[in-house]
Amino acid sequence: MTQSHSPLVDMRNMSIAFGGNKAVNDVSIDLYPGEVVGLLGHNGAGKSTLIKILSGAYRMSRGEIRIDGQPVSIDNPREAKALGIETIYQTLALADNLDAASNLFLGREIRTRWNTLDDAAMESACRQVMGRLNPNFKRFKDPVKSLSGGQRQSVAIARALYFNARILIMDEPTAALGPEETAQVAELIKHLKSEGIGIFLISHDIHDVFDLSDRVSVMKNGQLVGTAEVSQVTKDDVLGMIILGKCPEGVVPGPGASPTENTLEEGPLAMP
Amino acid sequence: MVDSSTNPAKRLLAATEADVRILGMVAVLAMIWLGFGLVTDGAFLTPRNLWNLSVQTSSVAVMATGMVLVIVTRNIDLSVGSVLGVTGMIIGVTQAELIPAWLGYDHPTTWLMALLVGMVAGAIIGAIQGYVIAYMGVPAFIVTLGGLLTWRGAAWWVTSGRTVAPMDSTFQIMGGGPAGSVGELATWMIAAVICLMIIAAILRGRHLRRLHQFPLRPVWAEWLVGSVYCFGVIGAATLANAYPWPSRIAQRYAEAQGIPVPDGGLVIAHGFAVPVLIAIVVGMVMTFIATRTRFGRYVFAIGGNPEAAELAGVNTRRVIMLVFVVMGVLAAIAASISTARLNAATNAQGTLDELYVIAAAVIGGTSLAGGVGKVAGAILGALVMQSLQSGMVLVGIDTPLQNMVVGVVLVLAVWVDTLYRKRSSG
Repeated sequence: MTQSHSPLVDMRNMSIAFGGNKAVNDVSIDLYPGEVVGLLGHNGAGKSTLIKILSGAYRMSRGEIRIDGQPVSIDNPREAKALGIETIYQTLALADNLDAASNLFLGREIRTRWNTLDDAAMESACRQVMGRLNPNFKRFKDPVKSLSGGQRQSVAIARALYFNARILIMDEPTAALGPEETAQVAELIKHLKSEGIGIFLISHDIHDVFDLSDRVSVMKNGQLVGTAEVSQVTKDDVLGMIILGKCPEGVVPGPGASPTENTLEEGPLAMP
Repeated sequence: MVDSSTNPAKRLLAATEADVRILGMVAVLAMIWLGFGLVTDGAFLTPRNLWNLSVQTSSVAVMATGMVLVIVTRNIDLSVGSVLGVTGMIIGVTQAELIPAWLGYDHPTTWLMALLVGMVAGAIIGAIQGYVIAYMGVPAFIVTLGGLLTWRGAAWWVTSGRTVAPMDSTFQIMGGGPAGSVGELATWMIAAVICLMIIAAILRGRHLRRLHQFPLRPVWAEWLVGSVYCFGVIGAATLANAYPWPSRIAQRYAEAQGIPVPDGGLVIAHGFAVPVLIAIVVGMVMTFIATRTRFGRYVFAIGGNPEAAELAGVNTRRVIMLVFVVMGVLAAIAASISTARLNAATNAQGTLDELYVIAAAVIGGTSLAGGVGKVAGAILGALVMQSLQSGMVLVGIDTPLQNMVVGVVLVLAVWVDTLYRKRSSG
C-alpha cells in the first residue's frame, strides 16, 4: 500500500530493561504516512513501554529511531512533541484539578505580550476545538476530575490534535468508552488517516483495532512476534500470534515468534 | 455556571462566582472576632487590638503564601521556622555588625542590603533543600525535618547564640509600630488605589469575556462583588486610622518637629502598618505567580497529576526545586519583619512558626492531597490562627493551653477539609 514512501517512523532493534527485566527486547516496527498500525499483545507484553520510548517518557537502552528517514534522539516528551509525535495515554494523563483548556495547553501555554498566561485565549481555542470534537461539551470551567470518561477522553484527544500531530499514538483509546463514543473515535481515526497522519493504535483486544488497522504488529513477552497486513490474515491468525506466538503464512516473523511452530508450518523460514 | 436552580442563595453564589470556601472562612473569622469581642467586653474589637493583630499576622502570612505552593505540589516544609531563624540572624549580623564596620551606622542603604543578603541566603537554603527533594528523591518531609534542626543549629552558630541588637533605624520600619506605619493620608491613598485596582480588574474581566464571547456575570453581581471588596478595603483603612499613636510618643514627635500640641493632646493616626503592606504586596505577587504564570500553572499541574505534568513536557523537578527557593525567600522576608519588629535577631526566632504557617495554609483551603490551594485563603488562614492566639492571650489563657488549642484546630481544619472534599467529589 503506502510502502512507496519512506516510513514516517522507523524504530529498529529497540530494547529497554528495568532492573535486568527486558521489558522490550530487540523490537523493530515502522509506520507510514496515512497508515494505522495496530500494536497488539497481552497486558505486560511491552506495547506501552515500547510506545513510551517513542513519546519520550522512557529512554531506550539500545536501538534506533528514525523519523522521515532521519535518526533522531528523543530524550523527553518535549522533544517528541517537537517532532510532531503526540500521545493519548491509556490513563489520559490529565491533571485532574485543572480545567479542559489548562490541560489542553499544558506545557505549551498561550501567553500574552507580558509573558503571562492568556487564559481567555486558551479557553477560546479550547471551545473551538472541542466544538468540533464533542459539540455537547459545555463544562469548560470545571476541573476535568468532574467530567465523564468520554468527556475526559475528548480532552485528551483534543490535546493531541490541536498541535498538528504527524504521528499519533493512541494507547487503549476506547477502553473507557461506551459503544457510541467508541464509534466516534473510530470515525476520528479514519478522518485523521485521510489527512496523512500516521497512527499507532495500542490494544490488548484485537476487536478494538482489527477493522481500523492497515497492519498489525504483535508483541509477546517483550519481543515482536510478527507484523502482518490485515488483508492477509484473519482475526484467528492474529489471536494465535497474540496467545501462542505462532506466525501464520503472510506474516513477517520477528524474534519473538515461536520457533517450533514456525519450523512446522513454514519449514525453511525457521527462526534461530 | 449559572444553573436553573431556584434556591436564591445558590443563584447568588453562581451569579457572583464566589468562592464558597473563602466565604466560609470569612464567616469563621467573623465568629471568632465576635466571640472574643463578647468575652472580652469589646477589648478584642478595639482598633488597637485589631491593628496589632494585623501586624502580628504579617510574618506568618508571608510564609503561608509560599507554603501554599509547597503543599500544592504534594510536599511539605517543616523547616520554615528555622529558616526564618537563620536568615534573621544573618540579616541582623549584616546590618548591626558587618555594614556598620564598613559604612558606619544608619547608612541609608543598610536596610536594603540587609534585606537582600537575607533573601539571597533564604534562596540558597531553599535551593539546597529543593535540590535534595527534587533531584535526589528524598521525601520533603524528611529533608525539611532535617532542615528544622540544621537551620536552627545554624542560627545559633552565626553568633554562637548571642542576640544581635539593635537593628538599623530604617530597617525597623519593616516591623511596624508608630514609625513603621504610613499615617492617615497615605492610608487613604493606598485604600483608594486598591479600590481602583479592584474596579479595573472587574472591568478588564468583563472586557475579556466579551472579547472571547464567554458568558458575562450579571451587572448587579459585578456591582455587588466590587462593593463588598471596596467596602472591606475602606473598612480596614478606617480601622487603621482609628488607632492613634500613644500620646507620649505623639508628644515627643511634636516637640521634635516643633508642632504646637493642641488641648487634649496631639492625635496622630497609625494608618496601615508597613509589615501589613509588605504581606499584602507579597500576597498579590504570589497570587499573580500562582494564577498568571506558567510556573504557577505547572505547580498546580504537578499537584494534580505529577506523571501527566511530566508527560506534557513540564520539567517537574526544576519546578519543585524553584518552589522551595521561593519558600526560602519568603522565610527571609518574614525574618526581616520579625527581626525589625523585635528590634533584635535571636537564635530562637521563628520557633514553632512551621506549625502556624502550615495550619494557615491548610485552614485557608490548601489540600494536603495536593493540587488545590489559594494564596488569599492562606492569608485569611494566618489571620484566623493569629486571631485565635491573640484572643486567647486577651482572655488570659495560659500558653500551654494555647498550644493545645492550636494543635486541635489544625487537626480539625484538616478533618473539615476532608469532609468537604468527600462531599464535593461524591
